[in-house]
Amino acid sequence: MSASKNLTPELFQPAMIADSAKNQLARERVGFWKDAWRRYCSNKGALIGLIIIIAIGLLAFIAPAVSSYDYQTQNVKIQNKESFYGDHIFGTDKFGRDLWTRTWYGAKISLLIAFLAAFLDLVIGVTFGGISGYFGGRVDMILQRIIEILYSIPNLIVVILLMLIFEPGIVPIAVAMAVAGWVPMARVVRAQMLKLKSQEFVLAARTLGASHGRILTKHMIPNVMGPIIIAVTFAIPTAIFFEAFLSFIGLGIRPPEASLGVLLSEGADVFQLFPYQLFWPAVVISLIMLSFNLIGDGLRDALDPRMRK
Amino acid sequence: MLRYTLKRLGYMVVTLWVIITATFVMMKMLPGDPLKSEKVPPEVRAQILKQYGLDQPLPVQYVKYLGNVVQGDLGKSLSFDGRSVTDMILEGFGPSAFIGIQGLLFGTVIGLILGSVSALKRGSLIDNASTFFAVLGVSIPNFVMAALLSYYVGVVWGILPPGLWESYEYSILPSLALSFPVIAQISRYTRTEMVEVLDQDYMKTAKAKGLERSAIIIRHALRNALIPAVTILGPLAINIITGSLVVEQIFAIPGMGELFVTSVINNDYTLIMGVTIFYSVLIVGVIFLVDLLYGVIDPRIRLSGAKE
Repeated sequence: MSASKNLTPELFQPAMIADSAKNQLARERVGFWKDAWRRYCSNKGALIGLIIIIAIGLLAFIAPAVSSYDYQTQNVKIQNKESFYGDHIFGTDKFGRDLWTRTWYGAKISLLIAFLAAFLDLVIGVTFGGISGYFGGRVDMILQRIIEILYSIPNLIVVILLMLIFEPGIVPIAVAMAVAGWVPMARVVRAQMLKLKSQEFVLAARTLGASHGRILTKHMIPNVMGPIIIAVTFAIPTAIFFEAFLSFIGLGIRPPEASLGVLLSEGADVFQLFPYQLFWPAVVISLIMLSFNLIGDGLRDALDPRMRK
Repeated sequence: MLRYTLKRLGYMVVTLWVIITATFVMMKMLPGDPLKSEKVPPEVRAQILKQYGLDQPLPVQYVKYLGNVVQGDLGKSLSFDGRSVTDMILEGFGPSAFIGIQGLLFGTVIGLILGSVSALKRGSLIDNASTFFAVLGVSIPNFVMAALLSYYVGVVWGILPPGLWESYEYSILPSLALSFPVIAQISRYTRTEMVEVLDQDYMKTAKAKGLERSAIIIRHALRNALIPAVTILGPLAINIITGSLVVEQIFAIPGMGELFVTSVINNDYTLIMGVTIFYSVLIVGVIFLVDLLYGVIDPRIRLSGAKE
């Protein structure tokens, strides 16, 4: 009771704090992407993967251009020379072509095919899955039945059939792989759409009179970006493998053009005599696939922590 | 369960019909002609076309082809003197199936062992080594693995034959090459699942009951960890079927893979169609079986699957 007597009005003055200080936050605001990037960087493997891919990408686009050799010029005087023969770092093949230039040129073609295939996957998958998930009802029912049938047709068969009628080249191979491979992407997008569309912010947007197009592009797509990016990252190594596979059985890129698949196939023909001709392209393709797998794992942990294993 | 099985069976039939029809249409769209390269007089040409039924209108050819396929008759090869495509496929299927199934077996057994050991000894050298191996296994294409095995084990060290198809020894290296992605995937799944299972209360109960460590691991831990490993068997089997196409090339095995590549090179339409359809039946059938298998192993999957 005695303490209450000490309470004087002076004790209840407002604190003297400047306006600017009032608005200061304890910690800097971290957006979703920045946060994801921080999580990604904390994953050593994913970071190494990213660095390797950047290095390989640079080599693939720069090395053939600055090399003093051409990827297809033959030279009978220097056939099948071991690695580090003169300025042929990877050696030469059976036609005396410089393997260093050919390997990086091939890597470029393979990467182009893979990125194009993944991009097409993305476009078809997001459109199909988005429409199916967003509109639901009968549209969804019909589209899902189509997907179920397509899903059970083996990718291998679709790609092989398409490659039989297409002329081999970068675009046809990418298209064939996209036609065969877009279904998983559509499924991912549809599942996300179904989950999102019942959430309040979509209802709010609709109540405010937003059109379907606006809701899809402004509200739904940005929210499904995470799973989509992860799916694309895992689609790339699959496409690289498929290209190599197709070229290996004679349905992909045809020699004298080069891709990693062509080089592996040529290398496998002579690997008992000249193993280095298989070794270098094998190292490059393995590094590319390894890195994309690492990047994909890292992105999954960074963008969708719930999926973390 | 019966309803689910019937529904899946229905989808399987529709899928195969779509594939057969697509194969037929695409073969008719192909720019090449099996008779174009040889200079044959028109009468002979007409005779050959008639022999293969190629002179009839397309719808008639289609219905006839569909009927024959259902009865297991895939027509006659165009490049191998009219040999029956069905016979050729069955001949090539033996070696392919052998190395494929053996590869799946190798992969599953090694993968399960690696996965369980690394889960039991988390953070140990074995664990790290098997994680590294798993990453390599999914990153190195299996035909590169095949070439490496053939060169080192076959040629340099001379332990096993580097190629050809004569006795059992010849099947070991191809199977190993095919098993690498399987080992990688199975060991990863088993490890993840095992780590989770080992933390469960029933593991403590089992230990408290005084059961042997080996009994706990095999009967309680491994058995429960097995379910997710089974769920990826379908994709893995398809992976092996795809892989065998190229692995057979490297080891010079007279299987389906070789048959397919020769048929593509020769523009042998009936053979291409036959092999494609056979592969489809195989893959679609494998997926169907694996789906049913889940239901048997884990009733929870059956229920959620039936509801869909």
